[in-house]
Amino acid sequence: MQKSVLTDVLLHAQDLAVFRGEHCLFSGLGFGISAGEVLQLHGDNGSGKTSLIRALCTLLPIEQGRLSWRGVDLPAAQDQYFSEMSYAGHTEGIKGDLSVRENLQFFAALHAVETSNINAVIERVGLGSRADLACRSLSAGQRRRVTLARLQLSGAILWILDEPLTSLDVQGRALVEDMIVHHAADGGAVIFSTHQPLALEGCTVKSVAVGS
Amino acid sequence: MVASFTALLKRDLLLAARRRGDWLNPLAFFVIVVTLFPLGVGPDSDLLREIAPGVIWVAALLATLLALDGLFRADFDDGSLEQLLLSPQPLSVLVLAKVLAHWLVTGLPLLCLSPLLAVIMQMPTRAFPALLASLMLGTLTLSLVGAIGAALTVGLRRGGVLLALLVLPLFIPVLIFGSSSVVAASTGFPIEAQLSLLGALFMLALVLAPVAISAALRISSE
Repeated sequence: MQKSVLTDVLLHAQDLAVFRGEHCLFSGLGFGISAGEVLQLHGDNGSGKTSLIRALCTLLPIEQGRLSWRGVDLPAAQDQYFSEMSYAGHTEGIKGDLSVRENLQFFAALHAVETSNINAVIERVGLGSRADLACRSLSAGQRRRVTLARLQLSGAILWILDEPLTSLDVQGRALVEDMIVHHAADGGAVIFSTHQPLALEGCTVKSVAVGS
Repeated sequence: MVASFTALLKRDLLLAARRRGDWLNPLAFFVIVVTLFPLGVGPDSDLLREIAPGVIWVAALLATLLALDGLFRADFDDGSLEQLLLSPQPLSVLVLAKVLAHWLVTGLPLLCLSPLLAVIMQMPTRAFPALLASLMLGTLTLSLVGAIGAALTVGLRRGGVLLALLVLPLFIPVLIFGSSSVVAASTGFPIEAQLSLLGALFMLALVLAPVAISAALRISSE
């Protein structure tokens, strides 16, 4: 019984409410996500998708409700949660003065993950010929691809992506779709928000509506 | 934990090497302020000698304050700070690496330049060891304490003045003990008491500041 609790639901949210200042963005939101599942957040502009995503990453305080990782409430489970999740938000979190490879190497050191596959990962996101260029000289779409490489490198079980398609071209979009499908097939879980429909074949896609 | 500490330290030093303007400005400020005094006050060496410890210490304090505003700013703007907050490593260790890197590129050069400026200010050579020791302990403490203010104001667009108001009261004890140790040394008095107090302030800051900086960063990134 204990084992099923551990393996079944990874991240569980119950009765969440998030405020920006005095304004309540949403309340009573609940969902669970298990390994192999993909969860898409829907909502209009300003409905609180980004706030929800930041709250799920514990970057925003949760005024109400519970959030638990593998059956243990956050923030008690925070150490384990942080080592098993990876977040890609609106701001890329990459250093313009460092090269693609240096950025990824730093991230790997920060998360104590292997760097042996770093070249393969850079190749996979289509930045093979740009690996040693300063990220400042990359286009917005290419910088976005660096964040995708970071996700691949992290080895995290849960990916939390805020608008992962921003500034990506058609191939980039296919890459995101492919990455999500493969991650889910490998027993990972993905939470993402987007306004565009994604072709995620063979995935269980759950959908959660944010806002009223 | 050690690996992530050194990785962050190395990254920040590399970034500083590639973006020199950020840390050369406060250093230039320090040199300019101190060298203006002999010109403004006149070449009266007795007067200069008398005010030298205070001038060098005040200039060092203001230069540190000037450099502090950029400590977390770049990381906050480009989202790197969020990635640091979400890393499995203890945040207080990471902020310690950032403060150390910041001190190495702002505090250490300032320390190295201070004997030169002391000569310009006609300071007696017997006060140099006290000047170096007090500035070393002092700028380390100022960086640690000032980082709390920098972390609290990083989310504000014009945080500079607020940062000064927040941290200046905490800087004052360091300034008093620091400059008084140099005054004592130049007149031949013992300086153990002042240096011990500076050392105590540094240890206190080293233990408490990383926790406060981490908490402040979490609040600022909401």
